[in-house]
Amino acid sequence: MRDQKGILQNIDWLLVSLFLILMVMGWVNIYAAVYDDQHRSIFDLTQNYGKQTLWIAGALLIALMILIIDGKFYAAFSYPVYGIMLLLLISTFAFSRDVKGSYGWIDIGSFKLQPAEFAKFATNMALAKYLSSLDIRLQELKTRVISGLLVAIPAAIILFQNDTGSALVFGAFIFVLYREGLSGNILLMGFILVVLFVLALLVKKAVLFGVIGGIALLFFLLARKNRKNIMIIISGAFVAASLVFSVDYVYNNVLQAHQRTRIDVLLGKEVDLKGAGYNVNQSKIAIGSGGFLGKGFLNGTQTKYDFVPEQSTDFIFCTVGEEWGFMGSAVVILLFMALLYRIIFVAERQRSVYTRIYGYGVASIIFFHLMINIGMTIGLAPVIGIPLPFFSYGGSSLWSFTILLFIFIKLDAYRLQILR
Amino acid sequence: MNVASGRKTIIYLIFFSVGLIYLIRLFYLQCIDKSYQIAAENNVFRNVIEYPSRGLIYDRKGNLLVYNEPVYDLMIIPRQARDIDTAELCKLIGITHEEYDEKFRKANAYSPYRASIFEKQLSVEMYGTLQEKMYKFKGFFVQPRTLRKYPSPIAAHLFGYIGEVDTNITRKDPYYKDGDYIGKSGIEQGYETYLRGKRGVRVMMVDVFNREKGSYMNGKFDTASIAGENLTLSIDEQLQEYGEKLLQNKVGAVVAIDPSTGEILACVSSPSYDPNLLVGRARTKNYAGLLEDPLKPLFNRSLMAYYPPGSTFKLINDLIGEQEGVLFPNTTYYCDGGYHMGSITVKCDAVHGSLNLKSAIEHSCNTYHCYVFRSIVDQKKFRSTEEGYQNWRNHVLTFGIGKRLYSDLPHELKGNVPTVAYYDKYFGKGRWKSSTVVSLSIGQGELGITPLQMANTMCIIANKGYFYVPHIVRKIGDRVNPEPRFTKKNYTDVDSSYYNIVIDGMESVVETGTAAGSRIAGIRVCGKTGTAQNPHGKDHSLFVGFAPRENPKIAIGIMVENGGWGASWAAPIASLMIEKYLNDTIKRPELEKRMLEGVVIPKIYLDKMEAERKIKEQAEHAAGMTKSREDSLRAKRP
Repeated sequence: MRDQKGILQNIDWLLVSLFLILMVMGWVNIYAAVYDDQHRSIFDLTQNYGKQTLWIAGALLIALMILIIDGKFYAAFSYPVYGIMLLLLISTFAFSRDVKGSYGWIDIGSFKLQPAEFAKFATNMALAKYLSSLDIRLQELKTRVISGLLVAIPAAIILFQNDTGSALVFGAFIFVLYREGLSGNILLMGFILVVLFVLALLVKKAVLFGVIGGIALLFFLLARKNRKNIMIIISGAFVAASLVFSVDYVYNNVLQAHQRTRIDVLLGKEVDLKGAGYNVNQSKIAIGSGGFLGKGFLNGTQTKYDFVPEQSTDFIFCTVGEEWGFMGSAVVILLFMALLYRIIFVAERQRSVYTRIYGYGVASIIFFHLMINIGMTIGLAPVIGIPLPFFSYGGSSLWSFTILLFIFIKLDAYRLQILR
Repeated sequence: MNVASGRKTIIYLIFFSVGLIYLIRLFYLQCIDKSYQIAAENNVFRNVIEYPSRGLIYDRKGNLLVYNEPVYDLMIIPRQARDIDTAELCKLIGITHEEYDEKFRKANAYSPYRASIFEKQLSVEMYGTLQEKMYKFKGFFVQPRTLRKYPSPIAAHLFGYIGEVDTNITRKDPYYKDGDYIGKSGIEQGYETYLRGKRGVRVMMVDVFNREKGSYMNGKFDTASIAGENLTLSIDEQLQEYGEKLLQNKVGAVVAIDPSTGEILACVSSPSYDPNLLVGRARTKNYAGLLEDPLKPLFNRSLMAYYPPGSTFKLINDLIGEQEGVLFPNTTYYCDGGYHMGSITVKCDAVHGSLNLKSAIEHSCNTYHCYVFRSIVDQKKFRSTEEGYQNWRNHVLTFGIGKRLYSDLPHELKGNVPTVAYYDKYFGKGRWKSSTVVSLSIGQGELGITPLQMANTMCIIANKGYFYVPHIVRKIGDRVNPEPRFTKKNYTDVDSSYYNIVIDGMESVVETGTAAGSRIAGIRVCGKTGTAQNPHGKDHSLFVGFAPRENPKIAIGIMVENGGWGASWAAPIASLMIEKYLNDTIKRPELEKRMLEGVVIPKIYLDKMEAERKIKEQAEHAAGMTKSREDSLRAKRP
């Protein structure tokens, strides 16, 4: 009895509530997306919402189990969990089936498991473990390399499974590294890199070189007394210019055809609304037609009649936009924002470095999913097939996010027992 | 700690700014840009058109002339068409496997998701056998449509035909969409707006595969289709059929009008065709066949051909003379077998001697009417021939000649009464006189009159001075044809008192004159024969008339191309039709038999047919030669 009380003591109920609200809202919208008159039962296992009901029950069970397990376990077993996860990822090559061109699924009975989803929390645990070790300084090259590798290895394996979307998620750990002392310049450089990539595809090369040269000249005039700075400016401009040069190569040779068209659609270079641009256009139509208050629950025509593809998984936000309008969309975004802020708030109050780093990892991963998933439905991000956390249909994704979040909730509840 | 707190803030800010950008974007998409709402409606709403049934057509006695027969368009949604037993389907609808592939390819090219016509207008019988097996052909369905059907194969020219609407009409008139049917000629064209009815629309919701998902808002925005209005024609089915029979194996036209109303009783153009030929799947083939026929069966001679009226025109010339005060019942001219004026001679058929007006009409004397024409044109009150001629021409125009009558039949021609300007150009200004154009008086020269106008002039004489615009539709639905021009009397500028003497002459034409052979016992027929010279060969045979003399019920104008004397074909046929209409039985079986069996195919047509036959024969012969040569070559090979 004391143990039971101990489990539920000190739990951050706000996080748990946000988790439950988002999960239920997700289920409601999955129900609306695939609803038809023939299948009304919410437990109908031939329908996505029926299966999702089971996934949710499973998720609650998992959450409870995580809370029961001793808080010491997670930090202690971070590396083993990470190792097991790597093995599982590699083993998918042997057992997997081809699902829509990617090989990241393992069949367990009639259900499919996607190890890539679970690799996120395992990597988060390992990274937190490593960075929370004593005498670790991110200013050192060795630390940077090792933490980089911890993230890059699972990402690379997933990339080989042709699941580019899930692999990109691992880029979100840059926020964790930044919080733990990585130079802000790297974050800035990452940002500039993306901007340069986009500009190189949109603007003529000569114009871009001119602009880079101009900016370099400006800096040069401002800092001409300092030799060292001049060198930095020159090399910076040189790097930027060669980057622009290499964009074409990356774009044409590294990216696959469908990835190129997705980028083209996002940048407005490709406007074939029946071909490559179809998904995004239909998605925008569904959301846009919702208006301010939406068409009402189960009254969405665009999603119900299958105009929007992948409507219960990657494009679930369309149903929100169409049936609940701007009000509903805003509520969902604000709930996610609240979740992210709460996670960071909770992370910052930790005495344990491990918990703090882990918390930032949770926030970063959820944030990345949120940004890409909603971004692609409203035409602000390329179409990258990753689910909306707690919302999208799918057992692997729901469970992995549940595990990711509840380990953090458990670690937080356990904080008072840690002396540091 | 300070550094860490700064970094926390930056991460907060990044999260916040992405959230804010997304909210702004959503607000723009959902609350400002309305185009997505329109796009969503276009996605999901499909207007399903309900075609109304086209109005039926009855004759004046209520006999059904035109009705609708259901046919079925076989439709296909290519995306849904899977595992089709093509051999069986091809057999059922009577197409080859190659045709199937071609049709499928076309439909798929139009849209894999949307329905398009796979095979048009399957008959009820074909549909019957197909329907039982439809379940086997996924992605196919049938859509009912209607075709025109004509219980008796008459009056093809009057009805006209229906065809798919041209793109230049769909562009101008928003009512029509590509693939719609529209009246292309005849009544179907003239009364299209009444016959077509009003299309209905059902607003349906469809999914991405274009499958119907139910009606929108329980049909709140649907409109029901309204059937087209039925037409009652003034045509007498029996008379029309009889006229077509009488004119079979002849080329020409006959128009009969009720002078008291202007209602057209019969309107025959020969050769005609079975209107059922221009309906349904065989239409294109049949149309091409009719188009190639040298006798031009598609050409409606009753409205679209004009002929020299010949002697029938003398009546009008006489009436004008009376009105001008230069001709009186007792005016006498002497005929020595022709009219002579300088180098000009207009021959007469006989030496008539001294004639008054009545006997000049009775014997159709050319000489007499040349004098009358000159006396009209060369009156002292006119300063020139031009002025005199212009005055004469103005009179003629009031008889509905040389201008369109504006009946309710499309494509009516106006005929020709030459203008002063025409003669000025032809002969030179001031270089022609009344004698130069004197042949106009006997209906020759450049004069051209359509059979409809011929019949209409008889209405004028029967009515002693006025006519109603001839028309063919009596009633639209239950209403009398509302067109005001059909109930308005159009007066000529010849006073009614002048008609009696002309009518006297016309009666004696049939009693004792040129048309005496076409007398009908017990009916006082007034008429006038015409034998018109023309550049196409033998004279045209013409007759105009009305009956009975008191209280006229039928006015008629008939023309048999290259039929020779007016009395040989035109007058007897007209008299038979008058007898049929007034008495309903024919008491002159001998004459009827002769007319029905007579063959009068003009020589130019026979020549053309012969030439075509020869070309065909030669082609066949040539083909045969090539073949036999090939055969012999083959035989020589070891």
